[in-house]
Amino acid sequence: MSAVATANAKTLPLTGEGVEEARVVPAVAGWRPASAALRAAVPVLALEDISVSFGGVVALRDVDLRVAEGEIRAVIGPNGAGKSSLLNVVSGLYRPDRGRVQLGDRHFSHVPTSRLAGFGVARTFQNLALFKGLSVLDNVMMGLVHRRRAGFLQQIAGTPWARREEAANRAAAEEIVGFLHLTEASERIAGTLPYGLQKRVELARALVARPKLLLLDEPLAGMTLTEKQELSRHIRNARDSYGTTIVLIEHDIGVVMDLSDSITVLDHGCKIADGTPDQVRANQAVIDAYLGVAHGDETELAS
Amino acid sequence: MPAPSIRASRLTSNHIGIALLLGVAYGIVPFTGSEYLLDAILTPFLALALAAVGLNVLTGYAGQVSLGSAAFLAVGAYAAYNFNLRIPELPFLVSLLLAGLVAALVGLVFGLPSLRLRGFYLAVSTLAAQFFVQWALTKFGWFSNDNPSGVIDAPTLNIAGIPVSGAERRYVFSLTIVLIATFLTVRLLASQSGRNFIAVRDHEIAAKVIGVPLLRTKLLAFGISSFLIGIAGVLWAFAYLRTVEPAGFNLDRSFQILFIIIIGGLASIRGSFLGAAFIVVFPLLLSRVGAALLGNVFDSGVLEMSQRIVIGGLIIGLLIAEPRGLIALLDRFSIRVFRKPRHANQQPN
Amino acid sequence: MFDYQFFIEVLVGGLLSGVMYSLVAIGFVLIYKTSGVLNFAQGAMILFAALTFVSLLERGVPFPLALLATLAVMVVLGIAVERFVLRPLVNQPPITLFMATLGLSYVIEGAAQLLWGAQVHGLDLGISDTPFDVAGVLISQFDLFAAAVAGALVALFALFFRYTRTGLAFRAVADDQFAALAVGLRLPRVWAAVWTAAGIVAVVAGLLWGARLGVQFSLSLIVLKALPVLVLGGFDSIAGAIVGGLLIGAIEKLAEVYVGPFFGGGIEAWAAYVVALGFLLVRPSGLFGQKLVERV
Repeated sequence: MSAVATANAKTLPLTGEGVEEARVVPAVAGWRPASAALRAAVPVLALEDISVSFGGVVALRDVDLRVAEGEIRAVIGPNGAGKSSLLNVVSGLYRPDRGRVQLGDRHFSHVPTSRLAGFGVARTFQNLALFKGLSVLDNVMMGLVHRRRAGFLQQIAGTPWARREEAANRAAAEEIVGFLHLTEASERIAGTLPYGLQKRVELARALVARPKLLLLDEPLAGMTLTEKQELSRHIRNARDSYGTTIVLIEHDIGVVMDLSDSITVLDHGCKIADGTPDQVRANQAVIDAYLGVAHGDETELAS
Repeated sequence: MPAPSIRASRLTSNHIGIALLLGVAYGIVPFTGSEYLLDAILTPFLALALAAVGLNVLTGYAGQVSLGSAAFLAVGAYAAYNFNLRIPELPFLVSLLLAGLVAALVGLVFGLPSLRLRGFYLAVSTLAAQFFVQWALTKFGWFSNDNPSGVIDAPTLNIAGIPVSGAERRYVFSLTIVLIATFLTVRLLASQSGRNFIAVRDHEIAAKVIGVPLLRTKLLAFGISSFLIGIAGVLWAFAYLRTVEPAGFNLDRSFQILFIIIIGGLASIRGSFLGAAFIVVFPLLLSRVGAALLGNVFDSGVLEMSQRIVIGGLIIGLLIAEPRGLIALLDRFSIRVFRKPRHANQQPN
Repeated sequence: MFDYQFFIEVLVGGLLSGVMYSLVAIGFVLIYKTSGVLNFAQGAMILFAALTFVSLLERGVPFPLALLATLAVMVVLGIAVERFVLRPLVNQPPITLFMATLGLSYVIEGAAQLLWGAQVHGLDLGISDTPFDVAGVLISQFDLFAAAVAGALVALFALFFRYTRTGLAFRAVADDQFAALAVGLRLPRVWAAVWTAAGIVAVVAGLLWGARLGVQFSLSLIVLKALPVLVLGGFDSIAGAIVGGLLIGAIEKLAEVYVGPFFGGGIEAWAAYVVALGFLLVRPSGLFGQKLVERV
């Protein structure tokens, strides 16, 4: 199946590599959570006994995690709890000392970063990671780069295939830009936009390929309350419209409780709780961990 | 160094400007320009501008700093010389193309370290290309047909039976080659490959996560860049100087090309041309002004030194005041003069 | 038959000139560690120092006075560079800073020769260059002297950065610029100190290299000898600069003598680069450089 034909469709195969990967995410407007039995069958993401350390400092210790399809999972914890390390392990930027990462039905001891997009995984970064010199639309089009097949000579010559590919990607990017209400800014250079908009562009870039799994590293950090509410709505919309499974790190507990289906709590590299927002809210270990740091870092519990 | 992205074929007023420039370049300059203007100013300007476009692809767009551009000029010049000498049946345009490809190949070899090295380490590694190529061309007589000091004399060119002799023809030939090469480069930069370059420059990790093939993208940048610089080297040797030696492609030449893109504007094709024009015209202006003000004291030694000081000072000043180079100053100026509100949000390339 | 005596002679000669590479490299490392700038103008500063000193001597200024004056000029130059070139560029990407020092090297080179003229000057430090014999191995007296001076200067810097307040601040800044800023260290003062040190290094290196090669424009190209040393040792490691300098010095001479003939000689210009790069491809963080974990 050609990338061109699929770029406009609502549903996408995750890579063009082979039959095995040609499963189609049941992503249509009006998405509803699959039945519990089906969810338990193949998690979109699973970590088994993941441990990471840097020069003797432990960042993650024996962490297990299962994220089911269509779920919005928040990962919370005090500063230095290992939240970002967890996303970096999933995206292959860190190599775990022990343990395995499962993405769909693939298992890895070290996720190959360069193939991540092909597996249907996209992410954003804690500190903005936009391509500052590109326009908003071009940034978003970059999110489809892993599907590009036309070589540079074809691109220079403008062969029909290269042009179709370009047009299809542009259309897909324009659609997601519209979806996130960025159309007005789409021709502007990303580096010149205000912070909140840049965050949204990064979300658009991650969403444009309709990933199966979306990792968001503090997507709401540094935003005003209104901006936070707006972006939360966009995140939930993305799940509802595209069926994307979302794992996000967030500091603002209030937003997290509203936004996520389930929450994982990390402290000092260990998982101390896992469950629905209500279960986590009532969990004694979580309360202890947060009270322990609350004196030094009031923002953690402020909501 | 945030730089504008490319939107080819949109601004119609730009198209009119380009058409006017082309009309002057082809229709008026060859017939009215003095031999001095054509031979000593415009032809070297064109060759340097193309070299700068090449370096800009690598450094301005893909963010990989190279201090070895002169090596690729030399590779292009000597490769074309040898194709022309050893396979005389080859039409010169084919030799030209092959010379570019040889330069691209050498560029790929010296670009390989970019996969593991970044920033300064990579910049230093490109110096290896600079020294190695210069050494090899001097050391091995084969490259220069056994000239003891590696000097090559370019023969008169023949394009489709028409000899490219005389200042006008050499100028028109250079102009045509440079325009075609630049046009193709602009198309490349406006395509997905061009976006990939900028992505790797602006955030390499994000580019990798998103699925930009880092290896292919960096090598493509090195290859295209050295190809263009190699072609520029052929023009430099065959259309401009017509007698070149390896020492003419020294580190100072590499710096000169780097300075062109810093002064003109990183990641700007128009900036490459503006910077090249500046580098060619500025010494002439300086010597006139210096001679007028200081008389005989202003000899060639003083000229060279004051040139170094002013160029160095200009680089520092531009980096502090306007890192996007003279082209950004020019654009700002033209916006003020012509009041084009369209430019407010969009930085033209 | 392999001539061991000759081999050792070449090796010792290489190591001794290596000490002088280390000296130049340390000038780079000091600045790189504190401000992340690869100061390409270091070579131009060496040229400027040597030219100033020689020109003062030739105008009849006594040796110690000329030395003091040169030191003063270089310190002023260093501080001026920090104040007027690098401070306005703070927070720019490292590559921009590097390009600025490239421009700076042009300015300094031009100024040095405009001020003092472009002719070649001889410089005699009063050290005879007659080789002396250690167990049958001939060693240049001048090389030994130069190595001793360079070694002494390195030791002095080590003491300074170990035991003074400014030295402590230097190490804090080198460790973590933001943390140092947070606890109230004044960065400009540390930078000024570092540029002063770089100026002093330039004077010593300028005199030693100038005495060996003659004081002329090519002196500023010493920077090209120091770059492979830095690549090998890591831009941020003083120990790396020392060991790297010795290694490059030895490798360069040995390669020229034993490998050079196969290529028709003259491989000095690039042999060091190839060695340094080959090493880097195997070990990207250099001899002593730290492997950084990138935070994203």
